[in-house]
Amino acid sequence: MIGLKQLLVLLAVLMPGTASAAGNLALASTVFVEKAISDRDGRVRMVLSEPKTVVPGDRLVFILNYRNTSAATASHFVVTNPLPEAVSYQGTPDQRALVSIDGGRVWGNLAALKVVERDGTVRGARPEDVTHIRWTLNQPVPAGAKGTLSFRGVVR
Amino acid sequence: MSFRWKNSSSPMRRAFALAISLCGIGAASPSYAVGTTAGSTISNTATATYDDAGGNPVSVPSNTVNLRVDELLDVTVISNDPGNVITVPGGTNQVLSFTVTNTGNGSEAFRLTPNGTIGGDQFDPATTSVVIDSNGNGVYDAGVDTVYTAGVNDPVIAPDASVTVFVLSTTPVATNNGDLGHVSLTAAAVTGTSAPGTIFAGAGQGGGDAVVGSSSADGVAQGTFQVQNATVSFLKSQAVVDPFGGSKVLPGSIITYTLVATVNGSGSISNLTMNDAIPANTTYQPGTLTLQAAPLTDPADADAGEFTGTGVVARAGAVPAGSTRTVTFQVRVN
Repeated sequence: MIGLKQLLVLLAVLMPGTASAAGNLALASTVFVEKAISDRDGRVRMVLSEPKTVVPGDRLVFILNYRNTSAATASHFVVTNPLPEAVSYQGTPDQRALVSIDGGRVWGNLAALKVVERDGTVRGARPEDVTHIRWTLNQPVPAGAKGTLSFRGVVR
Repeated sequence: MSFRWKNSSSPMRRAFALAISLCGIGAASPSYAVGTTAGSTISNTATATYDDAGGNPVSVPSNTVNLRVDELLDVTVISNDPGNVITVPGGTNQVLSFTVTNTGNGSEAFRLTPNGTIGGDQFDPATTSVVIDSNGNGVYDAGVDTVYTAGVNDPVIAPDASVTVFVLSTTPVATNNGDLGHVSLTAAAVTGTSAPGTIFAGAGQGGGDAVVGSSSADGVAQGTFQVQNATVSFLKSQAVVDPFGGSKVLPGSIITYTLVATVNGSGSISNLTMNDAIPANTTYQPGTLTLQAAPLTDPADADAGEFTGTGVVARAGAVPAGSTRTVTFQVRVN
C-alpha cells in the first residue's frame, strides 16, 4: 500500500494540475442546521444538527474543511463557494472572506458593493444579494496542514 | 467559478478591487415572498484552487451536499371588511369577506370552517354557507361564485397565492339595534395542523416531509355584523284659532295639525309615508299641506304629497336615524 501511495505522489509530481494532483488536497463540504432549543428553565441555546428536514427560514451553517494531504506546500490557496440559489447569505466570521453579488465578476467586502435596482436607484448590497463567497489565504498551506472555513445562510 | 489572486495584500490591487466594486453593477436579486418551493434541492459545492510545489495551478472541488427543501405548512386568514358589516334583524345571506393566503412553500389544500357561535357579542349569526370567490372579483355573486363543501372542493392554493372566501349568515330576528355578532373563518392545511415544527413524514409536496410552520398550519380571522334597527315614533299635535282670536273649537275655527315622525336607533327608514285622515265635521283647507315647512300641492302629482279627498299624504322617502320629518295641514271646523 505504501508503494501505491508513493506511486500516486510520483504521478502527481509528474502530471501537475491533473485530477490526480487534486487528490493531494481534500476539501470537504458539510452543512448543519442551527436551531434554537429551549431547556426546562426556558433558556434558549443554539444547537447545530445534521439537517433531516429544511424549510424556508431555517438557518444553515456551511463548513468547509480543507487538508493538504500532499507532501508539498500549497500556495495561493483560494476557496470559492457559490451560494445555492435557495440560500440567502448571512455572513462569515472570517475576515479574509470577500463576496460577490454578480456571479463572481466583482469581489469585495459587502459594504463596498452596490446594487442597481430595476428602477435605476443604487443601494448598498445586502447579505441576500450575495452570490459567491471566497476565502483567500495569505499564508501557504504546508503539507499536512488543515483548516476550517464557514459561513451562514438561511433557506429562502 | 473561482478566482486566483496572487498578491492580495498589494494596496494597488485593493484599490483596483474597490474601484471595480463601486462601479460594478449587481442586479437586484429576485425576492422570495414565501420561500423556496417545496421539493427543490439545495446543492452546495465549494472549490479550492492553489498552486502546487511546481507552481502549477490546481483546482479541487469539494463533495456536493444536497438538502431537500420540505414543504412548510403555513396559512393566514384576514377579514376583508374594513369595519362592522351592517345587518338587520332577520336578514338572510348576510356576507362577510375573508382572504385566505398560503404562506407556505407548497401547493396546499385548505379546509374552511365558519363559526358564528363566538362569545363576546350579543348574538350568534347563523352561518348558512361558505362561498369561494371563483370569478375573483372580490364581491359575492350569488349563483356565480362556487359554494364550498368541506372535503369536496377544498381550495388548493399555490404558494404565496390567495383566495377570497365569503361566509353567508342569517341574522336572528330577535336582535336589537347596535347588537354585534361575530363570525370567524378558519382555514386549516389538509395535510395536517399541529404545533409549529411538527413533521408529517413524506406528506410534503415534491416527495419530502411537510413541516408545520409558525401559523400551526391553520389561520383564523373574525368579522362582525352590527344590527341597525331604526324605529319611528309619531307625534300629532294641534293648534286652534277661533274666529274671535281665541283658541276655542267653534264653527269656523281653524285647526292646524302638526305630525312629527322621529327616527330612532341607527341606519335609516326607507319610504316613510305619513297619512292622516281629515276629522269628521271639519273641512281641509286647500293649499295648507306642508312637509318640512315646504308647501305641497293638493293634487296627486310629482311632488311628495297630496290631499286625497278624505285625508292627506306626505311621502318623506328615506329618513336617517336621528332626524325628524314634520307635516302640517289645516282644517276648518264646520
